[in-house]
Amino acid sequence: MTTEILKAPLVVEFPFTRSLGPVQSAFLTGLRERVVLGVRTTDGRVLVPPVEYDPVTADELRDLVEVAPTGTVTTWAWNHAPRRGQPLDTPFAWVLVRLDGADTALLHVLDAPGPDAVHTGMRVRVRWAPERTGAITDIACFEPHDSPSAGEPPAHEGQFESMVTGIVAQARLDYTYSPGRAQTAYITALADRRIVGERCPSCRKVYVPPRGACPTCGVATSEQVRVGPGGTVTTFCIVNIKAKNLDIEVPYVYAHIALDGADLALHGRIGGIPYDQVRMGLRVEPVWTEGGGYPDHYRPTGEPDADYETFKELL
Amino acid sequence: MTRDIAVVAFAQTDHRRTSEDLSEVEMLMPVLHEVLDRTGLKTSDIGFTCSGSSDYLAGRAFSFTLALDGVGAWPPISESHVEMDGAWALYEAWTKLLTGDTDTALVYSYGKSSPGSVRDVLTRQLDPYYVAPLWPDSVALAALQAQALIDEGYTDEPALAAVAARSRADAEANSHAQLRGSVPQGDYLVRPLRTGDCPPIGDGAAAVILAAGDRARELCERPAWIRGIDHRIEAHSLGVRELTDSPSTRLAAEKAGAFERPVDTAELHAPFTSQEVVLRKALRLGDDVRVNPSGGALAANPIMAAGLIRIGEAAARIHRGESDRALAHATSGPCLQQNLVAVLEGEPRHAQ
Ligand SMILES: [Zn+2]
Repeated sequence: MTTEILKAPLVVEFPFTRSLGPVQSAFLTGLRERVVLGVRTTDGRVLVPPVEYDPVTADELRDLVEVAPTGTVTTWAWNHAPRRGQPLDTPFAWVLVRLDGADTALLHVLDAPGPDAVHTGMRVRVRWAPERTGAITDIACFEPHDSPSAGEPPAHEGQFESMVTGIVAQARLDYTYSPGRAQTAYITALADRRIVGERCPSCRKVYVPPRGACPTCGVATSEQVRVGPGGTVTTFCIVNIKAKNLDIEVPYVYAHIALDGADLALHGRIGGIPYDQVRMGLRVEPVWTEGGGYPDHYRPTGEPDADYETFKELL
Repeated sequence: MTRDIAVVAFAQTDHRRTSEDLSEVEMLMPVLHEVLDRTGLKTSDIGFTCSGSSDYLAGRAFSFTLALDGVGAWPPISESHVEMDGAWALYEAWTKLLTGDTDTALVYSYGKSSPGSVRDVLTRQLDPYYVAPLWPDSVALAALQAQALIDEGYTDEPALAAVAARSRADAEANSHAQLRGSVPQGDYLVRPLRTGDCPPIGDGAAAVILAAGDRARELCERPAWIRGIDHRIEAHSLGVRELTDSPSTRLAAEKAGAFERPVDTAELHAPFTSQEVVLRKALRLGDDVRVNPSGGALAANPIMAAGLIRIGEAAARIHRGESDRALAHATSGPCLQQNLVAVLEGEPRHAQ
């Protein structure tokens, strides 16, 4: 059977809340106050952006210095097509900038009219974001700026009023989800109110839902087998906590259901019976709602309960 | 080292722009079967299984546990997983064999980049405080490295184009490759890198079987003995690193014994043309060394598998008698941040 491969958009999006160490806290708070801090290593080099531990010796680093908001481009790359989340939405150069007073370079972007206006060795300065929160994006970007290089960076205590102690970093990734051959066939059949598993050619077990492989034998399953619609509750639990955005009254029963002809139980909600009367061995059948695409829940068929011996291997 | 351990079999998928018709396990399973078939082993004969993959690529949580279905992991097998390229899974399997606990190991890795936007996905591996909020994509970071190489006179755009052309021409002989033959160098993607300087985006999987001592000789006519393997990492801040060099690669190569005698072949995991320039320099490869006869990552770059494929390709050349001593390299992270080097050897052919 050939079916069109199913696809659907999938967005994975979450905020990461991260705490800051003392050096990171001073650096990011400094950016909020339009001050760029570096950290001095034991051998006297100044690292910007500053880190908590020396990348070579692993020494704990705490001696902060204030470097200039001006510096020199050490390498660059022209990005003619800005992507979502990047600091500028017009074409820009990615740059590594060694700020005056620093011995290492900071990654950021440079606002320039075009690639011909950018070269390694060019002088730039920080353009501050109008709204600053204590984040690397408090530097809106760099901009070309002719200025002499500044001298030795003065020490800085790294203390400001109301220090930033954490950041919240938003992350969003967009995918096009495709479930593959076996699950596409399963989902497509469900839309027709048929439950179709796949049989392992080696051990003959029928998997529902099928994932394309028999996890015992490590071979592809391909022979499609219609199962159910009737099935047996093998085990269950009573849910007492309402899930967010779920329009089901608690308590309700969530069960493992061995559909007739299947060698693996799937899970589903049990309805049409008080929650405290659900039991192992209860015979159930799927209930489909109009245009649902999959069983909304399972309800008792009224048949006598299945004998424990008939489903104990499926527990 | 107390035991001799060899790569005895290698298999890989045909790498494609998309494998949307297949789930990860459906894509992986034929490769697992092929690599087992080459040795006549069954899953139950394998002493240790180690895999490498990243759920971020396809956006599927715990995809590596589903991929295990393709191994046949019941009754329970001795198994491990790394969120790294399969070359590092191979490293773990190699150390497991060194302990003497077992004589055979299955290593596999896979990546489906097609469901997502891999340039953006890879930004999530960067320093979350100072770098990731800027969303610098993988091509942009490689382009910064390429410009530094150009500025310092190590390469220029025509030389980079020549690396691209040689790789895709060599890939003509590699039926698994995604980009083969004449591929236009194209427009700038992020200047100075053009589309031709960048790897194809695609889906694929690879698998390797390792065996120790006499077991290796039983399973393979000419085992590719791992004479040394080591991996090293550099500071994570790009601005601290010397982007035109790769001291971590050089150190890993030294520890793996790569400089003790010349190699005839090198499979380098250089997804960008400019990175081959860095690696040749770090590894002191002369013009007489055959670099990336498979076409390398510029011809097929299934992320998480492309490094393991370098080891597999180098080993396969030894199996076929086309190489006697080969270097295989794998990389991870932006601008060659972390590097693994393995030295593989075949026994002298007249002794067979
Ligand atoms: Zn089976």
